[in-house]
Amino acid sequence: MSMSRSDTAAPAAPLDVEAIRRDFPFFESGIAYLDSANTSQRPRQVLDAMLEYFTRYNSNIHRGVYRTSMEATERYDETRRKVREFINARSSKEVIFTRNVTDAINLVAYSWGRTNVREGDLIVLTVMEHHSNLVPWQILAREKGARIEYVDIDDAGELRMDQFHALLEKRPKLVAFAQVSNTLGTITPYREMTAAAHEAGAVVLIDGAQGVQHVGVDVQEVGCDFYGFTGHKVLGPTGVGVLYGRRDLLEAMPPFEGGGDMIKAVFLDHTEYAELPMKFEAGTPAIAEVIGLGAAIDYLRDVGLDAIRAHELGLTEYAMEALGDIEGLRLFGPPASRRAGVVSFDVDGIHPHDLATILDRHDVCLRAGHNCAMPLMHRLDVAALARASFFLYSTRQEIDRLVAGLHDAKRIFA
Amino acid sequence: MAVDDQFYREFILDHYKNPRNFGRLEDADVSHEEYNPLCGDMVGMDFRIADGVIEDVRFHGRGCAISQASASLMTERLKGMSLEDARKISRDDVLEDLGIEISPARLKCALLTLKVLKVGAYGLAGDEEDDE
Repeated sequence: MSMSRSDTAAPAAPLDVEAIRRDFPFFESGIAYLDSANTSQRPRQVLDAMLEYFTRYNSNIHRGVYRTSMEATERYDETRRKVREFINARSSKEVIFTRNVTDAINLVAYSWGRTNVREGDLIVLTVMEHHSNLVPWQILAREKGARIEYVDIDDAGELRMDQFHALLEKRPKLVAFAQVSNTLGTITPYREMTAAAHEAGAVVLIDGAQGVQHVGVDVQEVGCDFYGFTGHKVLGPTGVGVLYGRRDLLEAMPPFEGGGDMIKAVFLDHTEYAELPMKFEAGTPAIAEVIGLGAAIDYLRDVGLDAIRAHELGLTEYAMEALGDIEGLRLFGPPASRRAGVVSFDVDGIHPHDLATILDRHDVCLRAGHNCAMPLMHRLDVAALARASFFLYSTRQEIDRLVAGLHDAKRIFA
Repeated sequence: MAVDDQFYREFILDHYKNPRNFGRLEDADVSHEEYNPLCGDMVGMDFRIADGVIEDVRFHGRGCAISQASASLMTERLKGMSLEDARKISRDDVLEDLGIEISPARLKCALLTLKVLKVGAYGLAGDEEDDE
């Protein structure tokens, strides 16, 4: 992976989408799947890697002396090295396996937050965060008597940077924000925000749930202190996520959960904790899922993030144009070039749930609801939105089917 | 391609577009609102009660066709009904009023109004429908 990745599409060979789709058994169903920002489909390579673990060398890790256990351990740790390379962390010790991004953020909120955040401290978030990057901080702030202030968005769905910089003058302890908005698709100026927040003395956490698979990340270049992403949105299985943390911060943090695997030595009156990264991985982890995540990262790397980004940009432009032609349909968020493959909209007089129900009858899957971002729904003054999202396997034909379904919904509700 | 219209039958769309008893009651004896946390839909009801009978009822809220039609249908059912009879209204009655097959994902939309009725008018625990 290159040390510096551009957020705008770099020239890349077009994807052979038909060949890619043949790797994904799900598409044999004939369903148009436009909900990858919710969870992605998984290629055979990922399923096979997990099945191979279950059928050939199923054993616990870091315990057995026998060969299958050693193989399981080796394959588990191999994924950690793949993740390190994927996000360009300095060391595999900075890569902690979690259940998902929610778990990763909670780890930081509970372990780093409870040690470092004090009464009166300021935490800066944005109004377009997913609940997973809101609620853990609200819990922490309430417990510690800390304050939270939110960066608003402008009418185009981009962060108000003037407000952000003004908030930094209040010297926040922590700044946490999404790399890419799960609802509007907005690619935030995460490099600039991280640099400015550091200058103001804040620790920076980036929620990469919607970013790592579309625009990628180089955590050393960005310089963030924490970065989280989840396996099931990057072609991997559910049940595994990643927290990247800067080593000196992780070293100084107390454990999040206690138990097996996170210890060096246990006595009745005290415990010596394991070194990184095991200090934060208590209990038997999701071994098959971690191994599956490794195969997913291989797959993404083989296809190439630049090519994926270019493909998604083409689809996003196509979708925004096609949807924009539908009377009574409102698009939300920035222009295609400034967003990842996510398009949220509503249709006058038809609730998004009703749209999704009708589209389901056309075998088109899309998200409808508050997208786990209720404060953003309030900010946009909508009860809910419909959201179509794309990935490397998405096609224009799927978008055409969405458009046809929307016309049918308008006919029914006319 | 058009799908069959069985799900969004004409009378459901009619209740959605022309909701009956929509608005607020200024002199309500009981008012209650409930939210569907999955989608943010809201239904609120105001009741005027005299001698154990629901004299008047209005609903307000925002949401999908299923939740709003269900509320509209419920107000028609409730008007003039004794509290004793209203207490007996079950989820099956609500689904029968709608007369369509509701998928599990949309059941909460259909039953939101019943929850408003039970929690609001009777102080019953609203959670009993949640395991369905």
